[in-house]
Amino acid sequence: MREPALQHSEKTLDVSVWQGNAAGGGYRSYSVPAQESQTILDVVTWIQHNLEPKLAYRFACRVGMCGSCAMMVNGKPRWTCRTHVQKVVEGHSLTIAPLRNLPVIKDLACDMSEFFDKWRRAEGVFHPTSTREEEIAPILPSDPERIAASEAIECINCAVCYAACDVVALNPEFLGPAALNRAWTLINDARDGARIARLKAVSVAGGCHNCHSQQSCMTYCPTELNPALSIAGLKRVTAIAAMKGEI
Amino acid sequence: MLRPHRRHPLWFAYILHRISGLVLALFLPAHFYVLGLALNDAAELDAFLIWAELPLVLFAEFGLVFLLAVHIFGGLRLLALEFLPWSPRQKTYAALATALSFFVSGGFLLSAV
Amino acid sequence: MLDVRLYLAQRISAILMAPLVLGHLAVMIYATQGGLSAAEILSRTQGSLWWGLYYGLFVIAVSVHASIGLRVIANEYLKLSGAGLNAFTWLTGFVLLALGGRAVAAVVL
Repeated sequence: MREPALQHSEKTLDVSVWQGNAAGGGYRSYSVPAQESQTILDVVTWIQHNLEPKLAYRFACRVGMCGSCAMMVNGKPRWTCRTHVQKVVEGHSLTIAPLRNLPVIKDLACDMSEFFDKWRRAEGVFHPTSTREEEIAPILPSDPERIAASEAIECINCAVCYAACDVVALNPEFLGPAALNRAWTLINDARDGARIARLKAVSVAGGCHNCHSQQSCMTYCPTELNPALSIAGLKRVTAIAAMKGEI
Repeated sequence: MLRPHRRHPLWFAYILHRISGLVLALFLPAHFYVLGLALNDAAELDAFLIWAELPLVLFAEFGLVFLLAVHIFGGLRLLALEFLPWSPRQKTYAALATALSFFVSGGFLLSAV
Repeated sequence: MLDVRLYLAQRISAILMAPLVLGHLAVMIYATQGGLSAAEILSRTQGSLWWGLYYGLFVIAVSVHASIGLRVIANEYLKLSGAGLNAFTWLTGFVLLALGGRAVAAVVL
């Protein structure tokens, strides 16, 4: 008789999962069989399949490219599909909660509306300056501005940085690392036509100047982006523009 | 117990900068008041300065000098972060600023004792 | 709660103060050797235009810098905002300027 491909160990995990809604909630504990190779998403899925059918959570690709499965794992914001239990388990314990700094819809699913609203408010939107009738804009890969934009462009809007940021927690107006990071990529996009509007958008009371450089955003970004770097760039560009009277 | 997501060096650098700034801002009015005593009568200032000989006061002064040093060296680190091209050595600079602050405030303590 | 202009005021006052603070640290280490006395301090500062300018500039810069720094703390922890926050900022700046100006006058005049 063939052995099963995955050996179940004798160990179990003690998993606390936050459940509730916008009105409130609390943690419930479960015993989950520990396996050799297991992600936090596997754990949440096992709980929903076997113990808690009403548990609400989000995931899609389960391979680390969509950003849907982000949650707080033992107090740190992570992609649950790419977080191995072995790497984060504390003894036998795991604590799983919805992302910080966002309102909860139900259990582990939070309302991302304000995250995307701030994206728009930071003018994280491309404004084209030419049409299909004109020549394609010649942007060289070696262009320093293009390099700067490319380094920050891979954001998949998972909100891990937003959850990690204490300024977001303390200042509801703060646009947040992801929105400002995107604004920075567009400042560096030579084809974009809304530079002044964008500089003004990130210079408001909740703008880039409220960042305290804690750099939790870059510490936790699963795509290894650096919003703190982008925000520093925005500070530089807006300071110069303000001194020149452009904004 | 510090929340898990805060347990990294650059967050400590941030909170140290904030605490040092706050303490200095609260200390300043007292500092200005004591110096202002010289306005009326230098002897009044001298009477206050006697307290500065006490070990506890000296240690508090050492603390204040440390906080001033850490605030300015941390501040220079932030100005470099914001206005110079980005360096990947952020944690190193934060550590250097703190080390230099101990050095400077240690120098003060040794000269004041 | 900073916009670009408050941010600039904060950073510019910081840059102005950098050499002043370094000088102040050096003076402190020098002055505390052998104990502090009013006579010793005043012998350096009394009647000195340069010390007056040095500490005068220091007081102006720190009034701007500290009041903006306290503004951020008041907004983030005490949740002050709008007119209340502005009043707080101006008040702290004014108090520091007044007390600091008096202190500079006390040691220079």
